[in-house]
Amino acid sequence: MIAASGPVIPNFGRGSACEVNNGTFCWDWVQQHWHDTLWPALVQHIELALIAVVIGFAIAFLLTLLGLRFRLLDAPIGYWADFLYTIPSLALFQLLVPITGITVLTVEIALVSYTLLVLYRNMVEGLRAVPAEVVESARGAGFTRTQTFLRVELPLATPTIMAGVRIATVSTISIATVAAFVLPQGLGYPLFIALRQDVFKTEIFAAGALAVSLALTADGLLHLLERALTPWTRRARHA
Amino acid sequence: MTTLADQFQPGTFVDALRFVVDNVGFLLHLAGQQLVLSLAAIGIALVLALPLGLWLGHKHRGLFFAASVSNVGRALPSLVLIAFGLVVFGLGFWNNAAALVVLAVPPILTNAYFAIDGVDPDVVEAARGMGLSERQVLTQVELPLGLPLVVAGIRIATIFVIATATIASIAGGHGLGDVIVNQATYGLDGVVGASLCVSLLAFAAALLLGLLHRAVSPRHGAGT
Repeated sequence: MIAASGPVIPNFGRGSACEVNNGTFCWDWVQQHWHDTLWPALVQHIELALIAVVIGFAIAFLLTLLGLRFRLLDAPIGYWADFLYTIPSLALFQLLVPITGITVLTVEIALVSYTLLVLYRNMVEGLRAVPAEVVESARGAGFTRTQTFLRVELPLATPTIMAGVRIATVSTISIATVAAFVLPQGLGYPLFIALRQDVFKTEIFAAGALAVSLALTADGLLHLLERALTPWTRRARHA
Repeated sequence: MTTLADQFQPGTFVDALRFVVDNVGFLLHLAGQQLVLSLAAIGIALVLALPLGLWLGHKHRGLFFAASVSNVGRALPSLVLIAFGLVVFGLGFWNNAAALVVLAVPPILTNAYFAIDGVDPDVVEAARGMGLSERQVLTQVELPLGLPLVVAGIRIATIFVIATATIASIAGGHGLGDVIVNQATYGLDGVVGASLCVSLLAFAAALLLGLLHRAVSPRHGAGT
């Protein structure tokens, strides 16, 4: 039964007075739709971002090994990553649609592409900054090349690499909201719906606040991880 | 449920190019509108953020502030900013301009800060010793030395702004996004065609600022 008197927010059922009048923030809507709208979107958002950062990290790491081993490749890899980074996110999502369709794959390819620049730059920079003497003394102490890399160079580069991971993660969480234009997933989707439907403020504020909180929480957690991975940096500072 | 193979339609790119050729005037018009919105936002952001960043860097003060602005700025998703701008300012040019300014300020401010803050203290000391005023130290010594990083910040801000100005179409900001968010009218050909155009716009802007970055970097400007 549709008895529209005054503005009605579509798809939200019979709303309270606050919802019908599109009040600034209606708690009752958030409570009602936490389980069917906000929570699933949040979980999807975390999944989208997590997969992208993990795959982006793996690809950037391989590219870094290539770039460090074959110096000639370093500049082209950097330019390629910069090229990908420059494509506007909405355009990249849409440009992939004719190739990979309206799928999670499309979203992930785009998200991964945006992580590469900062991850690659920071990995290369962090590993290059390891003093040659340190590497030589490790080799002199009988470490193999691989051991030196894993036990000496990688740990010393960790702060720079982790800084890149933090930036990449926060950016990915941010860009993943745009994915809603092609795929009805993540926190961008409720935002997108609310924008399309008479700018329903409560949903915009709720989903927006969740996206920002998620980014800040992820940044904080990665900061803690960084400190746990590099205990010596703190010890040195307090010594 | 369609499979991935069904969705593979590379022919769309040919149709998209045809769309671009057929609608050059319209697309140029939209690109112009997007450029105006983007330039306005970057202009305002430069006025707000550049002097503050340079001054804080010169005084070596506000490290926490500069770092926080960049962290919080990055955590603000562009779509969220556009949506908030729409709620706060209503539909129009300025809601999007405001959202884009918020997006452009952090990279400009933070890079300006670190560019000046990171200038070799010995050089600055020497300049002071030669009798340069604080203002001269900043404009004649620190700024030229920090300029590459300052320009790099402006370049990142520009890339962000052009990308987000595309999304702004959903909140009444005119530009190539008008076509991209309106598949019902323009079809996938139009959407992909406009996406190509907006990418081109972003590349052009990034290239221009990349060249400026090269021009102000000492390696390439030796002898000047």
